[in-house]
Amino acid sequence: MPKRTDIHKIMIIGSGPIIIGQACEFDYSGTQACKSLRSEGYEVVLVNSNPATIMTDPEIANRTYIEPLSKIYLEAIIAAERPDALLPTVGGQTGLNLAVELAESGILEKYGVKLIGASLDAIKVAEDRLLFKDVCRKIGLEVPASAVVTEIQEAVRFADELGYPVVIRPSFTLGGTGGSIAYNHEEFVDAIARALDASPVHQALIEESVIGWKEYELEVMRDWRDNFVVICSIENFDPMGIHTGDSITVAPAQTLTDKEYQRMRDAAAAIIRAVGVETGGSNIQFGIDPATGRMVVIEMNPRVSRSSALASKATGFPIAKIAAKLAVGMTLDEIPNDITKKTPCSFEPTIDYVVAKIPKWQFEKFPGSDTTLTTQMKSVGEVMAIGRTFQEALCKGIRALEPSSAWRPPAEVTTALLREKLHVPGPDRLHWLFEALERGMSRDEVCDLTKIDPWFIAHLEEMLAVDKRMAGTSLRQCSRELMLESKRSGASDEEIAKLWDVKSSSVRSRRQELGVTPVFKRVDTCAAEFESFTPYLYSTYEEEDESGAVERPKIVILGSGPNRIGQGIEFDYCCCHAAFALKEDGYETVMVNCNPETVSTDYDTSDRLYFEPLTLEDVLAVLDREKPQGVIVQFGGQTPLNLAIELKRNGAKIIGTDPESIDLAEDRRRFGALLTELQIPQPRNATALAPEEAVAAASEIGLPVLVRPSYVLGGRSMVIAYDLKTVQEYVIQAAQIGTAGDPKRPILIDQFLEDATEVDVDALADGEDVLIAGIMEHIEEAGIHSGDSSCVLPSVSLRPSVLERIREYTSRLAKALHVVGLMNVQYAIQRDTVYVLEVNPRASRTIPYVSKATGVPLAKVAARLMTGRKLRELNLPFIEHDGIKELAVHDFYAVKSPVFPFNKFRGVDPVLGPEMRSTGEVMGISSDFGVAFAKAQLAAGQRLPQKGIVFMSVSDHDKKNAHHVARDLVTAGLKIVATRGTAAALRRSGIEVESVYKVNEGRPNIVDLIKTGKIDMLINTPLGRESFYDEKSIRRAAIRYNIPCITTLSAASAAARGIRAMLGHEADVSSLQDLHLRKSTAAVSIPSADSDALPSASPARAGAAVPPADPA
Amino acid sequence: MVFNTSLTGYQEVFTDPSYCGQIVCLTYPHIGNVGTNLDDEESPKPYIEALVVREFSALSSNWRSSESAQHFLERNNVPVIWDIDTRALVRHLRDVGALRGVVSTDGTPAEKLIAEARALPTMTGQELASRVSSPKSYHWDRGSIDLAAPFAAAASAGAVPAGTSGVPHSAHRPGAASGKRYRVVAYDLGIKQNILRLLVDHGCDVTVVPAKTSAEDVLAMKPDGVFISNGPGDPEPATYAVENIRKMVGRAPIFGICLGHQLCGLALGGKTFKLKFGHHGANHPVKNLLTEKIEITSQNHGFCVDPESLPSSDVEITHLNLNDHTNEGMRHRSLPLFSVQYHPEASPGPHDARYLFDQFIDLMETHKRA
Ligand SMILES: Nc1ncnc2c1ncn2[C@@H]1O[C@H](COP(=O)(O)OP(=O)(O)O)[C@@H](O)[C@H]1O
Ligand SMILES: Nc1ncnc2c1ncn2[C@@H]1O[C@H](COP(=O)(O)OP(=O)(O)O)[C@@H](O)[C@H]1O
Ligand SMILES: [Mg+2]
Ligand SMILES: [Mg+2]
Repeated sequence: MPKRTDIHKIMIIGSGPIIIGQACEFDYSGTQACKSLRSEGYEVVLVNSNPATIMTDPEIANRTYIEPLSKIYLEAIIAAERPDALLPTVGGQTGLNLAVELAESGILEKYGVKLIGASLDAIKVAEDRLLFKDVCRKIGLEVPASAVVTEIQEAVRFADELGYPVVIRPSFTLGGTGGSIAYNHEEFVDAIARALDASPVHQALIEESVIGWKEYELEVMRDWRDNFVVICSIENFDPMGIHTGDSITVAPAQTLTDKEYQRMRDAAAAIIRAVGVETGGSNIQFGIDPATGRMVVIEMNPRVSRSSALASKATGFPIAKIAAKLAVGMTLDEIPNDITKKTPCSFEPTIDYVVAKIPKWQFEKFPGSDTTLTTQMKSVGEVMAIGRTFQEALCKGIRALEPSSAWRPPAEVTTALLREKLHVPGPDRLHWLFEALERGMSRDEVCDLTKIDPWFIAHLEEMLAVDKRMAGTSLRQCSRELMLESKRSGASDEEIAKLWDVKSSSVRSRRQELGVTPVFKRVDTCAAEFESFTPYLYSTYEEEDESGAVERPKIVILGSGPNRIGQGIEFDYCCCHAAFALKEDGYETVMVNCNPETVSTDYDTSDRLYFEPLTLEDVLAVLDREKPQGVIVQFGGQTPLNLAIELKRNGAKIIGTDPESIDLAEDRRRFGALLTELQIPQPRNATALAPEEAVAAASEIGLPVLVRPSYVLGGRSMVIAYDLKTVQEYVIQAAQIGTAGDPKRPILIDQFLEDATEVDVDALADGEDVLIAGIMEHIEEAGIHSGDSSCVLPSVSLRPSVLERIREYTSRLAKALHVVGLMNVQYAIQRDTVYVLEVNPRASRTIPYVSKATGVPLAKVAARLMTGRKLRELNLPFIEHDGIKELAVHDFYAVKSPVFPFNKFRGVDPVLGPEMRSTGEVMGISSDFGVAFAKAQLAAGQRLPQKGIVFMSVSDHDKKNAHHVARDLVTAGLKIVATRGTAAALRRSGIEVESVYKVNEGRPNIVDLIKTGKIDMLINTPLGRESFYDEKSIRRAAIRYNIPCITTLSAASAAARGIRAMLGHEADVSSLQDLHLRKSTAAVSIPSADSDALPSASPARAGAAVPPADPA
Repeated sequence: MVFNTSLTGYQEVFTDPSYCGQIVCLTYPHIGNVGTNLDDEESPKPYIEALVVREFSALSSNWRSSESAQHFLERNNVPVIWDIDTRALVRHLRDVGALRGVVSTDGTPAEKLIAEARALPTMTGQELASRVSSPKSYHWDRGSIDLAAPFAAAASAGAVPAGTSGVPHSAHRPGAASGKRYRVVAYDLGIKQNILRLLVDHGCDVTVVPAKTSAEDVLAMKPDGVFISNGPGDPEPATYAVENIRKMVGRAPIFGICLGHQLCGLALGGKTFKLKFGHHGANHPVKNLLTEKIEITSQNHGFCVDPESLPSSDVEITHLNLNDHTNEGMRHRSLPLFSVQYHPEASPGPHDARYLFDQFIDLMETHKRA
């Protein structure tokens, strides 16, 4: 049947900020859905609070709203746009939950909006674990025994009956937030409380444990004619008990006979029909007892998911794109398969390679967090690798993770510890597996300890065997056969080099001498049965090459690899834009990346896609094949930058800013010299290799100082030291983890600028002209990582003279570094002196945000500059301030706020510092700064109260200014309670305030008040390190009960303005398309009302903003 | 030399008599992972002439496995080539079509082997069914292993109308349910055991007879229905079978699968032709023209019925392959006969077309009443 004609305008809800368990896979699916629906002639209205996404580009949807994902704002948008239908299944759990909320509160009915893709009933059955289990039982499927509980006593009773271990899972949370496994009564009592807490409906499921069973997933699709297909089967390398998001997974399933596989397929078909998901994709998880084959159903997600993104990339079948078409009434057989062109989508992809997905964790950023892998997802990203065999795929995946270098086990490891490491899964278990096998632990024992299938372990053994034989020979003696065998088993040049201890470059040349080089094969959905028309390629060591590279001006774009904190979707956004722009300019675009969640790895983003690890070896192989005119390393964050010099050395033509200047900017010593030469102030600084050296330098500079390793992104392992002892310990530690001692990578020591306002600047340059793209004023002061502080564009409180200096320095720097493309500068303004903190001559995290605020696609422009075009031919809307060009801004404020994953890492102090820990960001827009800030906070999950009680406890330093904030709050109608000192200070300025006990002063104290829900917001600026203990408990309570908690006076005053501004303020929404039509004004001309916006910043100390919790 | 794109079910492929006379290349690179077991065979021994794979696992990891795949083929003297670029081979076969080939382990020089291969007959014109058929008739009473049974009904497309709840109508089997029995005579032209198992599941007493059993002898057994099986080779030279079918049409309900379908086509006056490289896999979309529903089907055939050649007055085309629009099924407009080119018993493969066995039962039921 042709598509529906009764609907014309369709609304799509995005998944909001990147959080653990919900990353850019939903940008990929949402973007596909928008394009897919528009190509069928529908008008698309998109809502998402996350500005870093491709889907929120004004050209992706017809109407694009970057607004908080909350009911009132969504209703306002529905009222304004009057869509005919809402597609709830491409925005992750967030989109699905909001759709349910809108439907149940009658809003959809009120405005006559139909739910398409999945009915309310289907969603509820699939999402409510108990209803779902009933349905499964009804159709003769087994599920783990379970009960849903809403209060602790009954829970405990049931669990004791069931017997331990039991699995605990809160309802309606994603990534298993709040879920866990309890091995005994005590653990259970503690765990169930957390679970109930985490559930939006205060409900949790207690379940029979099938830990250690084999875990499988099926990605399935169905159309309204009841045609059903399985797109991909996925087998988890890790057993039940480790969240699929934290498991290494492999596609297709490896250890099922056809009978068992078809049983699972039959079950999936029966489930999707019984649940009533009429159209679209679903993800269904199964557990199988390896001893008996008993199969249980674990869960179903009636929407596209992280796994469906993986399945799409693994098979070449674009699930989200097709799901969107099915939702509007098309059937699978009516949709052609893009890759084969001749055949329809009503088929089941078959593949002739193996896909491995490996998660990426960052526990190191959350000291004190429990690194055990359980039923709650903790990874922040993932890589996917394609190989002709499992070994090849796994090895490519391992080296795609960063650091890709092989991991060294601590010198002294007892067998007992080894056993424990295998038994209790952690992020490094792959390495422990290899270690155990290398030590000759038997396969049976390894399987027994890990519950990993012997088939996988046998392959690891084979790899080690090949390595042994390689170690037995040498660079010179190695035969072609052995070299080929080693490469076919997945070994990287780097590993081989280690075995022979030679340089990997000599391994590469030797390998080429022996004629052992990779070929590229295609991902084609059909195992070569039909011709493929899309160059979606992976490397392997075989005979025939299918890359079919063409002779055309072409540019290779290097992506950014797995999502990490500090290097996430923003960089993928830039890479995609480079591809879009250069395609428009007639270049053949070639993308190299290994992150299955991204838009950049969608085969129709660029002309050619190489799904490959971003290591020198793999990238050079692609360049050898493609022979491009240019390579872009500026857009993928630190990952490709780290390759730049080596690539250049190997003859690659890097376009844009020369790697040498990138290097110069990264090398603090040389860069310091440059700043001095340019007469631009910088914090006093030094570099050191040894502890003594560091201590000397620090005392020379004067405390406090900031210490960190060089060449890192996201302020990795950066600390503020208030005493020399800290400095010394830091360097010693660094030496241990190998980041120090390497003369090329010294420890950096900077004077820490206290009380400084931080400013981020993005600029474009073409080698001659410089154009300032945006000057962003941070809300929190320097000392809190730029990625972790809120900021506003245009700035609201910077003096014209300061702005002038910022522009002047920026342009001077761009010229001195011969920047071609993008440059990001971070400044700290302390008592009107403008210091440069760092310069990154590359795309920065703020590019998408600035692009959306200004309406100018900066990454596209930059890509064009890199191919030799000039700013002046691109006629961009700028304003000139005595000779320096700056992009015009529109007459509204765009506030960016970060989102943090602390609710996933219990026991971690959420206090912020110079090390970035946010996973995502949101944007709030309004012509009033206060409103924009409040919207951003709301979007980030911090609902600023309209009434109620605010708790204040500020540092002595802040006491003199606290009354401004307090007065704002009181006029806004809120009550204030404060700790003794603060209360006294406020009373002195005539503010009515009630005082309350600190934690150690008696009961009921502030934490009691928080727990009993008496407090609606906290303002707590830290009193220095001493009293941290007391405050930690306050902040933790705030996180746990999700109460807004603000910890800098500047942020507090912004919040106060926000609250005042929101008073009696309707949810005002406007689309980007309209906003960008608004009149442009000079960035400098700030409404004078705002010049007193922020009081002079308060001390940063060990940074101290308590973050909004992940809104999930 | 042919290739099969199924991701699972290599044991079923090894033991499918339809592969008699063919070297098989499996496109999925890891073969042998789950070993072999006693339940998953389609006949007592492997029929493939030789196996070509990317990697052949020495280890079998599955709770049902009783013997490693390597050992199984070795025991049955089936040569295996692995560690070669099978994708390159498949792309070649795709372009030039199925080829004749020789597998040698004794170091005979390539030229000689090529000459030998050239000397081999092509598939066209070869009558192989009688070669693999059972020499004498026997009774079959084993049904499916229960592993697969419970959901079969719920899964077979159409069991559940779109949108409504998917509670399976407890494995809709008129025979089984009503305790009724149907006497079915099955011609063994290289029959796959899963067809027999499903007939039993559906309440049939099955007697398997040799390929060349005469129509008279079969009709003398007073069958409620006659089944014409799959099998190897070119249908045209199997004139004896065509003859027999002609004699039986209208006198007993007939259900044909694969070669059985082609023979029915010939019997009804149609023609068959050879496909370039055939259909061998478990993911082929087939449209049921009567219900408009799509079935993901299991296929294994090199020849095909030319729908144009069939007398449209008598024959109705019922199924269409959506990849290349070749014929996949037909039924007689007035007489009790229907057949499909693909494998509704799908072993290996999806169970979407199991409903055809119910259809056969219904056909026998109505014919009985009449
Ligand atoms: N009954 C169980 N016993 C043991 N492990 C389980 C059980 N149920 C789920 N798990 C594990 O927990 C993980 C998360 O459970 P799941 O139902 O998929 O929730 P989510 O919605 O977070 O994906 C699964 O991937 C699986 O590894
Ligand atoms: N000298 C300094 N004084 C005060 N704060 C600083 C100083 N240097 C860096 N910071 C803070 O640390 C954060 C991270 O430092 P930065 O050099 O930007 O590292 P990254 O490369 O990770 O962005 C900055 O955003 C800023 O808030
Ligand atoms: Mg799950
Ligand atoms: Mg920075």
